[in-house]
Amino acid sequence: MHYSAFKILTEGLSGNRGWKPHWRDPEPKSEYDAVIIGGGGHGLSTAYYLAKNHGMTNIAVLEKGYIGGGNVGRNTTIVRANYFLPGNSEFYSHSLKLWEGLEQDLNYNVMHSQRGLINLFHSDGQRDAFARRGNAMINQGDDAVLLDRDGVRRHLPYLDYENIRFPIYGGLLHPRGGTARHDAVAWGYARGADQRGVDLIQNCEVTGIDIENGKVRGVQTTRGAIRAKKVGIVVAGRSGQVAAMAGMRLPIESHVLQAFVTEGLKPCIDHVVSFGMGHFYISQSDKGGLVFGGDLDFYASYAQRGNLPMKEHVMEAAMTLMPMIGKARVLRSWGGIMDMTPDGSPIIDKTDTDGLFIDCGWCYGGFKAVPGSGYSFAHLMATGNHHEAAARYRLDRFRTGRGLMDEEGTGSQHNLH
Amino acid sequence: MRLTCPLCGERDIREFSYRGAAVALDRPAPDAGEAAWDDYVHLRENPAGESRDLWHHESGCSAWLVVTRNTVTHAVLKCELAADVKGAAR
Repeated sequence: MHYSAFKILTEGLSGNRGWKPHWRDPEPKSEYDAVIIGGGGHGLSTAYYLAKNHGMTNIAVLEKGYIGGGNVGRNTTIVRANYFLPGNSEFYSHSLKLWEGLEQDLNYNVMHSQRGLINLFHSDGQRDAFARRGNAMINQGDDAVLLDRDGVRRHLPYLDYENIRFPIYGGLLHPRGGTARHDAVAWGYARGADQRGVDLIQNCEVTGIDIENGKVRGVQTTRGAIRAKKVGIVVAGRSGQVAAMAGMRLPIESHVLQAFVTEGLKPCIDHVVSFGMGHFYISQSDKGGLVFGGDLDFYASYAQRGNLPMKEHVMEAAMTLMPMIGKARVLRSWGGIMDMTPDGSPIIDKTDTDGLFIDCGWCYGGFKAVPGSGYSFAHLMATGNHHEAAARYRLDRFRTGRGLMDEEGTGSQHNLH
Repeated sequence: MRLTCPLCGERDIREFSYRGAAVALDRPAPDAGEAAWDDYVHLRENPAGESRDLWHHESGCSAWLVVTRNTVTHAVLKCELAADVKGAAR
């Protein structure tokens, strides 16, 4: 079914009886050309691009829960391409271009809103660092505008400009940055993949990976064995457990990242704004809720909930930056499992097992990467070659020390990002 | 989450900083080779369940602790002085 304004009109006039489920609910077949483990955003986009770009339609996505039930439906929805280092810079630039054509490509409203993203700075040193980052973004072909204090005030009049401890010196505006509706992205890719013949198998947990003579043969699941010539692991925070089924140890620790949403309010925050003196970033959803997040709790966790100290830090930062937020009531908080790599950058690569591929290590920045990651991972799985936009996301960079991408410049070790 | 420092008693988690899986207790020899060092510095079990981590009682007595806890429930099962754990292993 093709969605359009005309379709809404005709369905509205005929009692909305013609709408169909977005995707089928097929039984798993005994064999596929390729199997994707993990039906999150990255797994679904991988399946979509395998089918669309590479004609691989005899494939399945295996999801242990339900589509849209993991981190892809629980994040702060920010879409941006403001990275600094070669490797990340071209990848996120490519991903943002895919975002800009995504709704037409998927025929699905993912509510991608390029409302502009402003990273605030609060010292001369931070201004220099952001000027440098902005230049890197412009060199990559993306957009960046360095705003002074008055420039920020014109965009964000509601901030506290009288704060003596954390004065606002200015901000780096990324006009093409913004947000998208996260679960619509999962649904749109799921529908697009399904329409091209991909089987989306929900409630199907992978319990083993079959390997013979160094070559992958398929997977064992809670819904039976499935043979496959190629297997892609795209399981985010659970990467360690699934890779262990193939005898691999990964350079990944899983940590908890918290985010929060308030009750619905009238429109008041038009951009995505990040504080430069504490971990706090915020946007307003189309439903009106203020969506904001902080940093990791900084200990390994699979609990999908965090502890109070980081909540306290985020609320304090929020009150420091925009005291008006004190009037809003927080409705919900949640914690996602983040697959943290030592250098804070992701991995899209082959493994030592023939036919087994892995896409992981997205740390706390995976949402904006959903199109680019799936596009590049599908390219790798289908052709055996790295896509040029993701050519530096190698698994062996930690072992060799070559090509590390430590975007924050804090060092390439666990617990530093 | 609260941790019970063997020297100071039960304390708020804000007093502690986290150093990751307790692999530092088994530091490889300088000439152990690339694979051993890659394993030590980068590769992790990353368990969903019982884990052993190193924590530093940074705002307390400055002791290094080996904390056994459950990463799924956040239950803290055991807090030992790293020096004792290292001594017992010898």
